[in-house]
Amino acid sequence: MLFIPPWDEVIISAVILAVIAVAVAKYGVPRYLKVLDERAATIEGGIKRAQEAEAEIAQIRSGLDGEKEAARVEAARVREDAKADAAAIVAEAKTKAGDEARRIQEAAQRQIESERRAAEVSLRQDVGVLASDLAERIVGESLKDSALASRVIDRFLKDLESQPVAGKGA
Amino acid sequence: MSSISSVPAAVLNTSGGEGGGMHMPTLDELFPGPFWHIGDWFEFNRLDLVRVIATVALVTLIYLGARKTRLVPTRGQSTFELAMGFVHKQICEATMSPALARRYLPFIATIFFGVLALNITGVLPFLNVSSNSLVAVPMILAVCAWIAFVARGIKVHGLGHYLADNLFPKGAPKWMYVLLTPIEFLSTFILRPVTLTVRLMANMIAGHFLLTAFFVMTSYLLIDGGGLLKGVGLLTAAASFVFVCFEIFIAGLQAFIFAMLTSAYIGLAGEKH
Repeated sequence: MLFIPPWDEVIISAVILAVIAVAVAKYGVPRYLKVLDERAATIEGGIKRAQEAEAEIAQIRSGLDGEKEAARVEAARVREDAKADAAAIVAEAKTKAGDEARRIQEAAQRQIESERRAAEVSLRQDVGVLASDLAERIVGESLKDSALASRVIDRFLKDLESQPVAGKGA
Repeated sequence: MSSISSVPAAVLNTSGGEGGGMHMPTLDELFPGPFWHIGDWFEFNRLDLVRVIATVALVTLIYLGARKTRLVPTRGQSTFELAMGFVHKQICEATMSPALARRYLPFIATIFFGVLALNITGVLPFLNVSSNSLVAVPMILAVCAWIAFVARGIKVHGLGHYLADNLFPKGAPKWMYVLLTPIEFLSTFILRPVTLTVRLMANMIAGHFLLTAFFVMTSYLLIDGGGLLKGVGLLTAAASFVFVCFEIFIAGLQAFIFAMLTSAYIGLAGEKH
């Protein structure tokens, strides 16, 4: 009796177990496995996307690094150019200034020279006239003979010319 | 039957001591008279009702847990997945390859949840009996398990090789087969389903009598006992609580063992030697 079930007992048990089997095996387990697979797929997809994003970021970062390097090189180049330009400009300016100074100096010297000459000529004439006047007054009437006078003056001027410039005032 | 049923009754009555107004449970309780007849042969009794209630509860819980499965689970779905995941990972994948575990999960899960639902009624108030105390359900499940593992073995190895592997263990001297073959046959093809059946049924019967005995003793001692006996009644009440917890554990454990062994038998049947 304990180990041999009556038939109606077996039938009820079988029906009960069939209902449980349908609920568990046909409904519960498939839905469990489905959501399990979906979740696994989502997680795998998420991991894959994260890896892709990481790779992309690495790529962009390496690109940025390249650009930064390029910019650094460019900046260095510009700086070098600027330094060279500045040196050239300074050198040019120095040369120009030197030339200008020389030119101004030369012009000044030339002017000084011409003015000195003019002064010399004018001085020579004035000295001749003054000396002649003086000599006239000293020698007076005796020296009214013009021929003699001009001879004396010429001789005087000759002497004057043969003397150094410093002695002109005497 | 009367000889079997009188044994626990006699034991419990002597241990209960007081006799008198105390009615100790007997095995007859497991075979209550029908309260509903369909035709001449079909009868519906209290244990059948308990079965139906357990089944409806299980189906409802599965429906509630699995009705809206989403990637981000609700609390109900999490619980459902936890239970399914336990059968999947702790039972199926512990004894089979992952691919095979997926294939046999519906079967093993049916055993686990079915046995658990029908066991747990033993501790539920007003139901107070597990229908697995009757042999029918354990026996049907054991037969299904037997069919499943034999079918698996034949499918993987072929009938001849499967029988040869199981009945004539390799490495033994030829004359030993006189001894080994009957033992192997008995242990693999007879004792496996029998032990599955008896282990489950006996556990449920024992649990039922244990709990009923404590409940009956407690109510008798507290109501009819005088003075000191009321104090003993408090002790048996505390013990009742402990044994209810224990029976909840046993209900789960037996479901686990039944499912685990079935899964292991199927896994072993398909193994290459």
